[in-house]
Amino acid sequence: MITIYNAKKIITMNPAHAHTTHVAVRDGKILGTGTLEDLAKWGDYTMDTQFADKVLMPGFIEAHSHLMEGSLWAYTYVGFFDRMSPEGNMQKGCKNLDEVLAKLKEAEAKIKDPDAPMPAWSLDPIYFDNVRVTRHDLDQVSSTRPIGIMHASGHILNVNTKALELAGLMRTGVNHDGVPLGKDGMPLGELKGPDVMTPVSPHVGFDRDMLACDETGMVRFGKLCVRAGVTTATDLANKLPDEVVNLFTEVSGRKTYPTRIVSLRYHHGVSPQELIEHAEALTLKSTDMMRLGKIKVVVDGSIQGFSARLREPGYFNGAPNGLWYISPEHLAYILEHALEKGLHVNTHTNGDQATQLVIETMTDALKKHPSPDHRFVLQHCQLADAAQFRKIAKLGLCVNLFANHHFYWGDEHYKLTVGPERAERMNAAGTALREGVPMAIHSDAPITPLGPLFTGWCAVNRLTASGRTLGEADKISVDEALYAITLGAAYTLHMDQEIGSIEAGKKADFAVLEDDPEEIGGNSLKDVRVWGTVQGGRVFAVADI
Amino acid sequence: MTLPVTVLSGYLGAGKTTLVNQMLRQADGKRLAIMVNEFGDLPIDADLIEAEGDDLIALAGGCVCCSYGDDLMAALAQMAALQPPPDHIVLEASGVALPGAIAASLSLMAGIEPAGVVVLADVGQIDGQLANDYIGDTVVRQLEAADLVVLTKGDIVSAEQMARAAKTVHAHSRNAAIIKASQGHLPLDVVLHPSQVSTPQAGKAHGNAAGLESEVAYPEMINEAQAYAKSLADRMDVIRAKGHVITPDGLQTVQVVGDSWEVHTAPQNAQVGVVIISLKQVALA
Repeated sequence: MITIYNAKKIITMNPAHAHTTHVAVRDGKILGTGTLEDLAKWGDYTMDTQFADKVLMPGFIEAHSHLMEGSLWAYTYVGFFDRMSPEGNMQKGCKNLDEVLAKLKEAEAKIKDPDAPMPAWSLDPIYFDNVRVTRHDLDQVSSTRPIGIMHASGHILNVNTKALELAGLMRTGVNHDGVPLGKDGMPLGELKGPDVMTPVSPHVGFDRDMLACDETGMVRFGKLCVRAGVTTATDLANKLPDEVVNLFTEVSGRKTYPTRIVSLRYHHGVSPQELIEHAEALTLKSTDMMRLGKIKVVVDGSIQGFSARLREPGYFNGAPNGLWYISPEHLAYILEHALEKGLHVNTHTNGDQATQLVIETMTDALKKHPSPDHRFVLQHCQLADAAQFRKIAKLGLCVNLFANHHFYWGDEHYKLTVGPERAERMNAAGTALREGVPMAIHSDAPITPLGPLFTGWCAVNRLTASGRTLGEADKISVDEALYAITLGAAYTLHMDQEIGSIEAGKKADFAVLEDDPEEIGGNSLKDVRVWGTVQGGRVFAVADI
Repeated sequence: MTLPVTVLSGYLGAGKTTLVNQMLRQADGKRLAIMVNEFGDLPIDADLIEAEGDDLIALAGGCVCCSYGDDLMAALAQMAALQPPPDHIVLEASGVALPGAIAASLSLMAGIEPAGVVVLADVGQIDGQLANDYIGDTVVRQLEAADLVVLTKGDIVSAEQMARAAKTVHAHSRNAAIIKASQGHLPLDVVLHPSQVSTPQAGKAHGNAAGLESEVAYPEMINEAQAYAKSLADRMDVIRAKGHVITPDGLQTVQVVGDSWEVHTAPQNAQVGVVIISLKQVALA
């Protein structure tokens, strides 16, 4: 059964056939692109004209996101920016604390059980002059129901008095940097850092297991992918116990599920030896729609949390250097054994010292286990300088830069964390490409919204939320951005033989667009409207989900 | 009721695993809960293990060992809820974790009483670790948080190297007591209550914690335990001492606090060794 689609324009990402008008699909795979006359010779076909006025691109690939993005929508969104829910309800951004409280009150009134906790997410007080949100503010919403709001960064939790009481923290004598106290000696309800968030978060309804994986969240994640034109997305850090693998495999295998998921096993909580063994075992469980066997190693923390590892001159505000989340010895073990066994490793490095450690460790590991095509990926890699990108290229490493971060937190980095010069070079996509580093760009959803066209816009314009252009020299072209969210991302996942371009033999994965991203201009790339996707030959319209 | 928790820290290879096993062998009826980051290189000697589950290992004498992975707080709550509850939790931090931050977090948990931070330092490695661009500042921050620093693997280095390591450690560890030990041979109470070792005892005339040093003596046959205890109590520099000595009458427990001492028959399974906490030698100051 052959279907031929015609479109206003098909951007193939195959340079031999860059633009065309027809694509033939059989059994979820592409037979070829070209004119109808060329394609008709494959045999009997059905002509499908529903995309006649659309632009087709290879299905977008989000190479750094988390399925948690889908689960979080069970909670109240109080972010600063407008954000589309999986079901297509545009959630209006809360522009000040009063709007946050008003939205919480509205949501609170709808919860019947008076004792049920109320979790909310994506608070970002940096957009309202860093005003400190306290328990007294949240007590206005309810003094009897525990309430907690996760900040957009994921590093701070605000709770009300009831939540502190339930966690046993409504007392004097608490002595912790992450728990600011009021004049009365009582905690103010701001909890900074995972150490102080985790004892309280269960009391406000943040269920770790649910966030890591639940069926509803996974389905909603799929809907967000369709809205963003995404046909393959990563779930970058999962412990992947058997029950999670079984659920992911079952849900992603449904005929109605629109996204191929690539879920990485992350290193926390297991020894390096166990990690390698588990990744090997997971490789065998991989399916077409559920790719397993890759490894995620978190090397350091975050720059805005001052937990990233920086080289000199360190943090702009004088904060002490950040934290290692793995020892150099364990990192070396994982890299060496993964090279030996052909496992694919993705390292989270935010600070440039963490990146340097990976560069040096890989240099040694590759001497022991030469590997011409390992494609290990430096994820985020936000502060790398030109010399590091040159090394990265030589070592055969790839980068996946956090382009969205530049927009949401670039102003903070400029003012506070790393200062003007290094803020300008953050997420240096231009440098990476000039130095020949294979590159993807990402959203890290739910930290920022899933949407490769927006991510591309960020990399093309390098604007911050306040409108500052941060790093003129590292802007990339629209063509380079479109490559990064398709074939570039596929390459970093070792999947460029299957996806990332529209050409014979590949998966019939398309982003279906109302506007032409090559014509609309770099300033408007984020405004390209997504009609939906085709995934493995199955059509998913935004209007129908 | 509060459950005391001791944080056990130190860079990779400092000897944490060896120490944990020695502690379990000395537990003597005390139900210890050992919490480790992961079970990978199983931290417990096989002969101590009674039964293994996914997250919890039952050990001889009512002790348990669990891995906390990426959720320390949840695992701590689980340990505290065990029936019967453990007498003491020993929380083994990962090699790059900052024990000061962990101890601060412990103070947030209801029913948990932080008992102090023990940091192990391998005397043969500590200089190299401190000089390392990547981990040097992490090792410094570990030492700064210590109530008690245990210098390990001193038996395979020269006396000069040991003295140099002690001086290096002292420069970073502020008020901590410093003890030399090898093969994990340390009296259990000292390791379980490091903040008591570092904190000066009220009413004692001997200086403050910053000037303290600890060491373990392994005296040969003592003819008269009372005389041995008195000799320690008479020493101007000795503030506290506790441990077991072998005498013609069998093992005896010796305790010295300031000028007073006492001696009684040692409990079963006690091992020879006396921790002596004294004013630091001038060379270290």
